[in-house]
Amino acid sequence: MIQFDQVSKRYPTGQIGLEDTSFQVDRGEMVFLTGHSGAGKSTLLKLIMLMERATQGQVRVGGRNLRSMGRSQIPALRREIGVVFQNHQLLFDRSVFENVALPLQIAGYSAQDTGKRVRAALDQVGLLDKEKLSPIALSGGEQQRVGIARAVVHKPSLLLADEPTGNLDPKLSAEIMALFERFNQVGVTVLIASHDLALIARMRHRVLTLKEGRLVADG
Amino acid sequence: MVDSGRGASRTKNTIRGATATPRRSSADERRAVEAKSRKKFQVRRKARPDSSERVSGALLHHQQMCRQSLSRLASTPVASLMTCLVMAIALVLPSVMMVAVNNIKQLSAGWDGTPQLTLYLRTNSEPVELMKRLSADSRIESLVYLSADQALAEFEQYSGLADITAQLDNNPLPAILVLRPELGALQGDGGGKLVAEMQALPQVDLASLDLEWIERLRQILQLTERASWLLATLLAMAVLLVIGNTIRLAIENRRSEIVVIKLVGGSDAYVRRPFLYTGLWYGASAGLIAAFLVQVLVLLVEGPAERLAELYQSRFELQGLGLEATLLLVVSGALLGWCGAWLASFRHLRDIEPR
Ligand SMILES: Nc1ncnc2c1ncn2[C@@H]1O[C@H](COP(=O)(O)OP(=O)(O)O)[C@@H](O)[C@H]1O
Ligand SMILES: [Mg+2]
Repeated sequence: MIQFDQVSKRYPTGQIGLEDTSFQVDRGEMVFLTGHSGAGKSTLLKLIMLMERATQGQVRVGGRNLRSMGRSQIPALRREIGVVFQNHQLLFDRSVFENVALPLQIAGYSAQDTGKRVRAALDQVGLLDKEKLSPIALSGGEQQRVGIARAVVHKPSLLLADEPTGNLDPKLSAEIMALFERFNQVGVTVLIASHDLALIARMRHRVLTLKEGRLVADG
Repeated sequence: MVDSGRGASRTKNTIRGATATPRRSSADERRAVEAKSRKKFQVRRKARPDSSERVSGALLHHQQMCRQSLSRLASTPVASLMTCLVMAIALVLPSVMMVAVNNIKQLSAGWDGTPQLTLYLRTNSEPVELMKRLSADSRIESLVYLSADQALAEFEQYSGLADITAQLDNNPLPAILVLRPELGALQGDGGGKLVAEMQALPQVDLASLDLEWIERLRQILQLTERASWLLATLLAMAVLLVIGNTIRLAIENRRSEIVVIKLVGGSDAYVRRPFLYTGLWYGASAGLIAAFLVQVLVLLVEGPAERLAELYQSRFELQGLGLEATLLLVVSGALLGWCGAWLASFRHLRDIEPR
């Protein structure tokens, strides 16, 4: 599903985001990505969704080499991937429903289909009764769950999450992680960047550890 | 997965067959995962909208953006109106020039085909013989004789200067013969020859063909028309710039929204759409306001213009924009708005990328 082949990312400012990294994530796997702040976790996720481009090496997603993808092909790639951000990237001038519906609108679903799918996604994250509210009226944990609903509403085969529990207390964090596990159980490939080592240790999944841009442990 | 359609299903199968070997899992687990992903694949096939649904989805988005961008403009009425007014005024200037040109054209059209040759006769000359001779001339279609007294009466009637002429001791006006030459006789230098011939007649003091000033007027009109097109082009560029700047600000204001849309896979066309409709609405409204302003100007000068026309013995009705030109103004406004928005969004949306 994801394949990194001696990938390096050097930012224009000279900082090294990722250095000579190779690994593979298979379809249906759930994998954690960990390491200190600045180790390159976000860089790695950004390379997968072409928010950044590798300066060296090959990144493959779903069998396609991202190097050969032009600017115009990026939206189609991102529509196949669900992404959850630490700062959730919600739009506060739209309702919860409209936020979650965004990927479906972009993909061109009918209004009726959109309604059904959005409610199904909100139901999965336990926010069905909040659809008409603005995200600003929700707690941090609820906002994160809206972000997750938006990431899965179009049933992507790959789900990425960058520090999805960064701002949450341990109980909420565990709930969010359980949610990701449920998606993984229905076949979604999940890759989560997190530095919450205690939580990751309890989850018993494969863990990739980055240090200063290099992959130092896999298992 | 990444590519859609039949190609994708082949890729998926090969990936599953060749490389989908979850680490540290027994054969049983592996089979379970494969069954799961197969099941998901079937679900996903149904989940994706097919191409006709996709088209109607895009149509839906067009409809939504069309409505939404209008209500956005309406939500800040004063600011929107200001922008529209600036563009409308830019559209009014060339429109007014063209309305003026059209009216003068219409005014001169009556004279176009039937130029007059006016012969001012010497005092005390005998017109009867001259008239006989001229009627026999094949180049002259018709002729009308106005004695000095008749000429004075007509002058008094149309100028309203009867009081003044009454104080004159004798009639200063000469008797005149108004000829309508055959059109054919005026072709080439025929007109000039005819005038020279008439001028040479002993009874004639002055022969004047009114074709000359009509020709001059026509050339002035042509010049004015060309100038108003030039002006229109320049001001169209001004409209483009105004729209472009307005859209640039709108894009800046909605930066975070654009970032999110790009993050979840919105194409350039999708991101651009609301701004294009905004430009369209701005332009169309500006066109409508401009048409209204032109009509107001026409109404304001209508009275004086008709009084002026009366002085020239002409029954003349000032023409406004008319339905066709109004439509043209609105449509070209909308088109300009759309183009301006396209240019601005092409330039500025590229710079907004999620980081
Ligand atoms: N846009 C950027 N421009 C320059 N350097 C960057 C940029 N993003 C990240 N970096 C650098 O790349 C390295 C890895 O950062 P990042 O991938 O954000 O790490 P993490 O997510 O693990 O905290 C850091 O040294 C960081 O300073
Ligand atoms: Mg990070």
